[in-house]
Amino acid sequence: MDVKAGPSKTTEGIEETARPATASQSRLVWWAFKKHRLALVSAWILAGMMLVIVLCEFVAPFGSRHRDAEYTTAPPQVLKLWSDSGFGLHVDGYTSEQDPRSLRITYEANPEDRVDVGFFVKGEEYELFGFIPWDRHLIGPTDPDDPMYLWGTTTDGQDLLSQVVYATRVSASVGIIGVLLAFILGIVLGAISGYFGGWADNAIQRVIELIMSVPAIPLWLGFAAALPADMNPVTRYFIITTILALVAWTGLAREVRGRFLSLRREEFVTSARLDGSSHGRIMFRHMLPSFSSHIIAALSLSIPGMILAETALSWLGMGLRPPAVSWGVQLQDASKWSVLSGAPWLLIPGLCVVLVVLAFNFVGDGLRDAADPYKH
Amino acid sequence: MSEKQALLEIEDLHVRFPMRRNLLGRPTVEVHAVSGVDLTLFRGETLGLVGESGCGKTTLGRTIVGAQKATSGALRYDGTDLAALSRREQAASRRRIRMVFQDPFSSLNPRMTLRQIIGDPLVATGEARGAELEDRIAEMMRRVGLSPDYMDRYPHSFSGGQRQRVNIARALIVGPELVVADEPVSALDVSVRAQILNLLRELQAEFGLTYLFISHDLSVVENLADRVAVMYFGRVVELADTGALYERPRHPYTEALMSAVPIPDPSLKGRKGRILLPDELPDPSNPPPGCAFARRCAYAEDRCGSGEIPLADGSRCVRAEELDLQGIVGAQS
Repeated sequence: MDVKAGPSKTTEGIEETARPATASQSRLVWWAFKKHRLALVSAWILAGMMLVIVLCEFVAPFGSRHRDAEYTTAPPQVLKLWSDSGFGLHVDGYTSEQDPRSLRITYEANPEDRVDVGFFVKGEEYELFGFIPWDRHLIGPTDPDDPMYLWGTTTDGQDLLSQVVYATRVSASVGIIGVLLAFILGIVLGAISGYFGGWADNAIQRVIELIMSVPAIPLWLGFAAALPADMNPVTRYFIITTILALVAWTGLAREVRGRFLSLRREEFVTSARLDGSSHGRIMFRHMLPSFSSHIIAALSLSIPGMILAETALSWLGMGLRPPAVSWGVQLQDASKWSVLSGAPWLLIPGLCVVLVVLAFNFVGDGLRDAADPYKH
Repeated sequence: MSEKQALLEIEDLHVRFPMRRNLLGRPTVEVHAVSGVDLTLFRGETLGLVGESGCGKTTLGRTIVGAQKATSGALRYDGTDLAALSRREQAASRRRIRMVFQDPFSSLNPRMTLRQIIGDPLVATGEARGAELEDRIAEMMRRVGLSPDYMDRYPHSFSGGQRQRVNIARALIVGPELVVADEPVSALDVSVRAQILNLLRELQAEFGLTYLFISHDLSVVENLADRVAVMYFGRVVELADTGALYERPRHPYTEALMSAVPIPDPSLKGRKGRILLPDELPDPSNPPPGCAFARRCAYAEDRCGSGEIPLADGSRCVRAEELDLQGIVGAQS
């Protein structure tokens, strides 16, 4: 009914008719995200990781406390389908030999000693989601006392695969929960800072500068060193997460503040105020949604930093401690060359860190590009 | 208009913006955006407010709707001083004075559907919800000429004219009495302009609205306004009935403004042609004494440069009576 304003409007109109005109922002972002192949693959990896986190007792062949003193630092086994005694999924057992001088035990695969492996086998009992008692494991030796160490064992004789599965739960959830905490802090303080301005802005910005000016690792160490050593692992886990979040919110708060500063002058904000909206409603219902996709992108981009921070802290011995198991705790094992030269599989937790960090980065990149309205 | 009933009285209104502050936070350099405006809006009328960019007309409008705090002076609405009201009463008065914004693009949140935008004043205060909310939004959309089918669309799928209809719907959904329209058509195509102006006129008749119509376009104001106030440098320099003002302006600034209106018919081109004003505006942080327009005025005399010149008999010009200034009545179709 109205005449279009100019050529740019007209082309926009044509594009619009090709898609449903009511496509929401999230759908537009998803369409753009799907085109980013690497990000999509990474998203699947992360989805798998989430599954592992939720079902970790089921995925791990052995329980987190399982320890086999007979096989310390045993090398990974290879899954086989065929042996002299017939068809069937199995691994070879070990024969061990101790060097009389160095006392180091070396293991070799022993094809004679067949360990049958099955899916959904009975094993150690556990409680799924913390309340469903069950004893099945995704994969495991049909006889739970047989050794099946697909990724080898640790210096303590624990199954590395199971340990990595449990560590994934801890490390990834530290990252995710920590980032969520940091984001709540960052968004609220950044919003207040940018929206109200004045002394509130001044105070918040000075606090941010103060936190940012202190080098991160000594700051974590300082906080973590204040924790009593005999603390219960769960409490320690939450406190470490909180410490990481308290250091990490600053960057996001600045970003959010900048967005609020630039949006504050928009007329739709003035009109929301004249509509009688409260400040909170204006900030979180009117302003925040206009960059929520950027926040989600920033969220997935900052999880890696958090995971690395936890890994570093735990590796230094100031974060989580055994019996809690995280990638950083596991990598402590791999920090001695004498150990590592004989047992390179102990670096697998490090590979997990790299994989997950990269995946979060790619997903974050993909989301950021997809959320950028100037790209498409 | 039989009996003129004052709806909004503006008394000696000043709005100053601090540019620099001293250590104690006291402003040291200030920009005078509105300096001493006295105006009365009568119920049911349309008062046009014209002036060049930066003359303070938008600031005045924003102060009236409460988007901007006045530095001093009073706004009396229906006899009560708005500044003296409690927070709750102020919120209520905001529903009686509403604003239509200039820019149909930045004034609509791109992340909200028309339903959310138009219904926002009702939702924000919890006035309506559910089916009632939906009915009122649909009703309002129909009144401003939008199909309620568009309710769940986002602003980006609408043209400037349609967006301005959305703006009007949002302003009117709470049933206001006074609407401050800040250049509601200046961002629109000429072809759409007339539609929106007609819509505003229809809505005025239907709801008995009072308009403060802010514009820099004299031909649009002539079309719609009963009276016109000309603003220059934060002051009202001339105030008159539309017909009288366009026929014989009584302030040289008004004459200069009118000479700048393009005239479609070449045979009617004015006697004098375009008046080009020398010099720029005076420094708004350091206003000169006397008539602010004197430095740019072709008729200026020595006495123009000193003393405060009041708005006497509808004009702030000391030579208003002796000058024969050129209007544009008859030049417009």
